[in-house]
Amino acid sequence: MRLLKIVPDNTNIGFVKLRGWAFGLTALLTVAAGVLVGVRGLNLGVDFVGGLSIEAKFHGPAPLDDIRTRIDRLGVGDAQLQLAGSPDTVTIRLPLPPVHDEGATNALVAKVQGALTPDNVILPFNQVDTVSGKVSEELIGKGIFAVVAAVFCIALFGIVRFEWQFGVATFISIFHDVLMTLGFFALTNFEFDLNIVAAVLTIIGYSINDKIVIDDRIRENLRKYRQMPLGELIDLSVNETLPRTVMTSLTILLALLSLLLFGGHVLRGFTAAMMLGVVVGTYSSIYVSSSLLISLGLDRSRFRQMAEAGDKKKAARARAERIGPKD
Amino acid sequence: MLDFPRWKIASIIGVLLVGILLAVPSLIPETTAKRMGLGFAPRINFGLDLAGGSHILLEADTADVAKTRLSNMQDTVRTAMRKNTPAPIEIGDISTANNALSFFVRDPAQVDAAVDTARNLTQPVGTSGTRDWSVQVVDSTRIVMTQTQGGINQFIDQAMAGAVDIVRKRIDALGTKEPTIARQGADRILVEVPGVQDPTALKALIGKTAKLEFKLVDMNPDKAALASGQAPIGEQILRDERGQPVVVQRQAILTGGDLKSARQDYDQNGQPAVAISFNPKGARAFAETTQANVGKQFSMILDGQVLSSPVIQVPILDGNAIINGNFTAQSAQALAISLQSGSLPIALKTVEERTVGPGLGADSIHAGIIASAIAVAAVVVFMFVTYGRFGFYADLAVVINVFVILGLMALLNATLTLPGIAGFVLTIGTAVDANVLINERIREERRRGRNVVQAVELGYKEASRTIFEANMTHAITGLIMLILGSGPVKGFAVVLLFGIATSVFTAVIFTRMLVAIWLRRQRPQAIHI
Repeated sequence: MRLLKIVPDNTNIGFVKLRGWAFGLTALLTVAAGVLVGVRGLNLGVDFVGGLSIEAKFHGPAPLDDIRTRIDRLGVGDAQLQLAGSPDTVTIRLPLPPVHDEGATNALVAKVQGALTPDNVILPFNQVDTVSGKVSEELIGKGIFAVVAAVFCIALFGIVRFEWQFGVATFISIFHDVLMTLGFFALTNFEFDLNIVAAVLTIIGYSINDKIVIDDRIRENLRKYRQMPLGELIDLSVNETLPRTVMTSLTILLALLSLLLFGGHVLRGFTAAMMLGVVVGTYSSIYVSSSLLISLGLDRSRFRQMAEAGDKKKAARARAERIGPKD
Repeated sequence: MLDFPRWKIASIIGVLLVGILLAVPSLIPETTAKRMGLGFAPRINFGLDLAGGSHILLEADTADVAKTRLSNMQDTVRTAMRKNTPAPIEIGDISTANNALSFFVRDPAQVDAAVDTARNLTQPVGTSGTRDWSVQVVDSTRIVMTQTQGGINQFIDQAMAGAVDIVRKRIDALGTKEPTIARQGADRILVEVPGVQDPTALKALIGKTAKLEFKLVDMNPDKAALASGQAPIGEQILRDERGQPVVVQRQAILTGGDLKSARQDYDQNGQPAVAISFNPKGARAFAETTQANVGKQFSMILDGQVLSSPVIQVPILDGNAIINGNFTAQSAQALAISLQSGSLPIALKTVEERTVGPGLGADSIHAGIIASAIAVAAVVVFMFVTYGRFGFYADLAVVINVFVILGLMALLNATLTLPGIAGFVLTIGTAVDANVLINERIREERRRGRNVVQAVELGYKEASRTIFEANMTHAITGLIMLILGSGPVKGFAVVLLFGIATSVFTAVIFTRMLVAIWLRRQRPQAIHI
């Protein structure tokens, strides 16, 4: 049986040579993502802005216009309607009543329930979320803190395990990944909720994972090929790890695709974010992170010393082996 | 590399078998498991987003605490001064302005006694040496009592502990399955109740303070005072359901604390009502008051609102009464439960509520299982056509890994949420990453001309370091999610973290064992990878 080889053996793509273009493109996309987030804003879920969100399922396609009229007639504030994954399921968002206690929100849910009964709504509602302004502010704070903490912890890990240049390069490319994900949400207007924060954190974890594999190979080659110019060495490392990078991205995308298609509508935004993150993370590993090492000017003398120290140890072990037992 | 002693093989297989066996009870329906005698075995919990149910976060109204304590202290001080021994202390000009209770002692000779009496009404705060109120003399005849922050905090702390108990009693009275009631931080209570069909009833029940008071009605209130909204001394103006004012005496005849029991019943007109009976002390007080006030009205007051004001026809001596208001059978039932469990020592309001209907939860489980199965199948095929035998070993590792994660989660009683299912699918994808790293490295080493055993050995050795580092970063983000995330996100983090731990074991150690056994038996000169 012939085995499948997605990336041919011994590729020699000049990634480093293309980095000028890549940087330009990356900068452009990053700025575009930033502008999108700034201008269009994110479609923040009730988790982050507070309010009431009801997911209602209907027998047959949901009559959106009819639902809107009926809810507007209740006079309970501006309702936002959105289809949730299929034509028979609708998410209705409403502001919380000004007097916020059990009575008021319960009454509001009951009112909506009453208004939708003629439209063949299935009761009880699929999902009802109520988040007060105070809690949503806390959730925003926690979410931002979690992402910032993750980025910093991992950059720190990069600096401790590798050199500071690796840490900084990783930090910049992660920042790029996060911004691109946010830009995607601004562009598609998918709801941005707590689960998406988890997706962003996972993207960060995955993206670093990818970078560490390449960085690890660069470090290994720095010791092996002490005289090779840095650009060539990075190209070699990226090319050597390319089959793995592609294989892993494909398997994860394959698994996520199954989740996107069959996993139900609740997880759709989450999965879409993750798939985009895998693609962006892979791209940034190859272009942003490793090529940045050249711009940051990696100090190679340390690797030479380390390699020489390693040689000495090996030599010593070889001498010891001659007199001692073999291991 | 080829050196895999028998005990090592046995222990690796043993560990994996235990993991798989632990997963089994969670994979069969609970009733079947019980019938098979596996009822004792640990199972995975489904989160609320899968099982359906309500998550409610209640917050105490702490702003109200200082005000309530001030007004309670006012009543206490009045009574204490009047009942003071050897001689009652006459006080006047009581004010509660500026969050302080201040009053004037009529006889300057009694100021010291009044200060002593006031001090006796205060409580120590923990072991800090301070008290919950500070008592000072101003202008030689005026006593000012102010609340200390420590005192307020202590009150909130004790009130919250009491509130958690009461909320638990009320939910237990509903007969729901396995509710979680936990205090969060200084002033919050988290309530999670799986499988509730109608959260409205639940919320009406747990959020209600249920402070019941019986007070005599002033039949001939001062009209002018009423019009100005100023109640006569010793009286207060309350409103009924229609917003009509009712003037009642400040001093309650009875409160909810005097109840022995409460249950839903019907009144003489067949309307839903709540039947209550008093404890001996309450029954005596009620008997005395009704004897002395035949023909007059008294009000039944719940949380400051007048429910009804019946006329006392005959003295009520047996300590039983019926509370009627505008009830439905359901709201009467809820009130009975609330009264039976006692009133909340502190007002609670809902700041976050998430309810998932049972239909959506079941759909999510169904979709999650299908998506996971397809993901496993796709990855298994992909790995096999890419790496042949080595891919097959990785596939075995992935499938076993799924069961081991489930087993570990069951053992530790972890909760599986919908994002947790996504975590599973993601883990399936990332778990093979370790094998991809190893296999690609073996391919590389073979290309460099190393022999089979050397290439395999180097592949595992060189890739292991990378695998460790790569998984560390995943673990860091997972831990951050676990610490900072809420319910569903935590569920995702749990699966991710378990997945990292088990996948390193299955993808590296287990496949290495399989490869070693194969190499030792077959001694192949070339490998197909």
